[in-house]
Amino acid sequence: MSSLSQTSLPGGRDEANRQQILNSQQADLSYKSRIAKADLTNLRPYGDTMDDGKVQLSFSLPVSDGPEAVEAARQLAAKMGLANPSVVHHEDIGENFTFFVLYGNCQYAVDYAHIQVPKVETSVLSFYEVNEYIRTHIGRKVTILGACTGTDAHTVGIDAIMNMKGYNGEYGLERYPEMNAINLGSQVENEELVKQAIALKADALLVSQVVTQKDVHLHNLSALVDLLEAEGLRDKLVLVAGGPRITHELALELGYDAGFGPGTLAPDVASFVVQEIVQRGLV
Amino acid sequence: MTDKLHLDPNEIARARTAARTIADQVDQYIRQRTTVAVERTVLRLFGVDGVNEEYVPLPNVVVDHALERDLLANGITYPFVGAVLSTGQSVMDVAMQIAAGQVDLAAIDMPPRAEIEAHAKRLATAALAGIAANRAKRDDYLERLGEGAKPYVYVIVATGNIYEDVVQARAAARQGADIIAVIRSTGQSLIDYVPYGATTEGFGGTYATQENFRIMREALDEVGEEVGRYIRLCNYCSGLCMPEIAAMGALERLDVMLNDALYGILFRDINMQRTLVDQSFSRMINAFAGVIINTGEDNYLTTADAVEAAHTVLASQFINEQLALKSGLPPAQMGLGHAFEMNPMLEDGFLYELAQAQMAREIFPEAPLKYMPPTKHMTGNIFRGHIQDALFNMVGIMTNQGIQLLGMMTEQIHTPLIYDRHLAIENAKYIFNNARHLGEELEFRENGRIVQRAHQVLHESVELLENMVHLGLFESLAAGLFADVKRSVTGGKGLGGVIIRGTHYFNPFEQSLREQLGLTEAGADTAAGANKADLASQTTGVKQA
Repeated sequence: MSSLSQTSLPGGRDEANRQQILNSQQADLSYKSRIAKADLTNLRPYGDTMDDGKVQLSFSLPVSDGPEAVEAARQLAAKMGLANPSVVHHEDIGENFTFFVLYGNCQYAVDYAHIQVPKVETSVLSFYEVNEYIRTHIGRKVTILGACTGTDAHTVGIDAIMNMKGYNGEYGLERYPEMNAINLGSQVENEELVKQAIALKADALLVSQVVTQKDVHLHNLSALVDLLEAEGLRDKLVLVAGGPRITHELALELGYDAGFGPGTLAPDVASFVVQEIVQRGLV
Repeated sequence: MTDKLHLDPNEIARARTAARTIADQVDQYIRQRTTVAVERTVLRLFGVDGVNEEYVPLPNVVVDHALERDLLANGITYPFVGAVLSTGQSVMDVAMQIAAGQVDLAAIDMPPRAEIEAHAKRLATAALAGIAANRAKRDDYLERLGEGAKPYVYVIVATGNIYEDVVQARAAARQGADIIAVIRSTGQSLIDYVPYGATTEGFGGTYATQENFRIMREALDEVGEEVGRYIRLCNYCSGLCMPEIAAMGALERLDVMLNDALYGILFRDINMQRTLVDQSFSRMINAFAGVIINTGEDNYLTTADAVEAAHTVLASQFINEQLALKSGLPPAQMGLGHAFEMNPMLEDGFLYELAQAQMAREIFPEAPLKYMPPTKHMTGNIFRGHIQDALFNMVGIMTNQGIQLLGMMTEQIHTPLIYDRHLAIENAKYIFNNARHLGEELEFRENGRIVQRAHQVLHESVELLENMVHLGLFESLAAGLFADVKRSVTGGKGLGGVIIRGTHYFNPFEQSLREQLGLTEAGADTAAGANKADLASQTTGVKQA
């Protein structure tokens, strides 16, 4: 029922009747209970209705545009497990390639409720708290080396963490008074990084891998671990990987102490490093 | 910001004069008529709600009952409020007894007219007080929570299920939306009653019902508190139940209403007499409730070419402005519509769009202009579509539009998915923020392409309007002057629901709204004149129903 009954009928309706309507309004307030809930053990994509499985995808095929190409795209989407695959756009992009946009309904579900993803568990401290933590618990400056290793020349990630001015309102590690932060820049070979680590008595190494092809970053990252172990250094420092395709879980698999993905800021890394140093007794 | 286009004030004045004349002609015509929808609206405002055993809404049951007994010409108020007084029952009880066949309005021993009018005015005063309270509540929210910066970010939800709609709407508010419009189910504009209760099945949209309004209002109020911004709710006050939707919206505190008879005539083939009469009353309700109306000129460009027909949009805006003034709507509540619909492959198309949008801004400086996104030239290429929407957003911020109805990259594919809306809002927010004061920094070359284009469009619309003065609005629509669509005065849906007002026609809400909206004198004068049957033949260019 509506507020109409309350506003427009002063004395027009007897009190019992009015009360009945107010009560039914109270009952109606539970509209939230009518909202569909996600089944977390059978999680599916959501477009505009719970469990519709709606998926958007785009790709190109190495054939010229035409009805056969559209049908090929549709069949591929069906083989990917999409029900009702629908090609909404197809366009010749030259050299016998065709670009497609498709929609369909994913028929698979995953058990979200039982997913466990390793995460960096240390608490995140602020710029001031990190420096205070170092003064209190470590009592000397912490030396951190950062580098983009191997062939990677993209320093945007390591710069965001290390550079004085920092990123997104957070100072970089070079600004931390209790840290001796050195950014070695891009295309640093693993051997060079290890050499510097020994020379500067580094407490932690930050390795950034941004642009890679054919998983070269994985080989590069694990090669560094091998090298550090061969030098007997692995246990004596904190080893951290970062980059858009790095997860904490992947970093652990590769033999690192932590991994940081997109959106990481300097305090996230600094907090982990200083607490890890203390926890491992590397003070 | 004000004058970049050096538009000729005399041309603007000529356009307004012509539009006022056209609106006067229409107004004289509609004052002699009422409709079944207007009378149902009166009942709803008295407090008649609910449905009978066959789910027919009680306002329909009562109005049909009166119509069958030839009791409607002087308005439903006399027979209905007469029965309320005569039986001593409540408004709802009388309505339910009529539905049950226990009360026959033709057989009631009617009290004197003056007595009925006095009681009807009491009921009307109470109902309007409730609407005024809703308006005050909106003002309180705006005062306390504030609102988004203009252009307001307007997005649609259209799942068909009100309980899914609220999820999408709340997500949109968190993403940055300022206005949520719940698209109606396909075809609702053509049904001659308003469905009842919460609904979960619609096609391409969700039924406009009072309960659905209430649910969405509550959800938006809650999320508005959380995001610290009042979230406006929009629906469609159009189609055969136009004034009833206005009443429901006023009672449930909707903030924005699509409300344009011309749209219904051209694109839904609703009879022009019917919907113009309905519009006049519905706009009074919207004016009183503080609702921003949106007009539908943008749609002209979905059928006609956006470059060639640009002047018809402007001409229609002038007419809609004058018709709105006749219903007491102040400029600040006139969301006049226009659109970014030119072919994206057109060389310098962006310049012409900029000219059009800036022109509307300068001619209607106080109106919260409703700027519509590209739809006609959207394709399945969602990536290109996203860029088209970006250019549209750029024009929106450069020309200080009031309401930016965000484009969706999946326009033409499906009603928005939750992340389509997110991407659209992100697009708009980025551009609005990044180019916030660009418009203030720019002037246009005095004889450059943009200025010349605006002058040309204004000039063509003046010519069109002055031509229409001779034809009248009705004949102009019959001639296909808008949107390349032709509609006849007696064609379309709903003509059967138009009724010539009797000598003693009485609608306490219209009377009270005219007083409160400052329409008293014109209303009294013309209404008195309109009651003389011979005036019907004087209306310009209009045939009798």
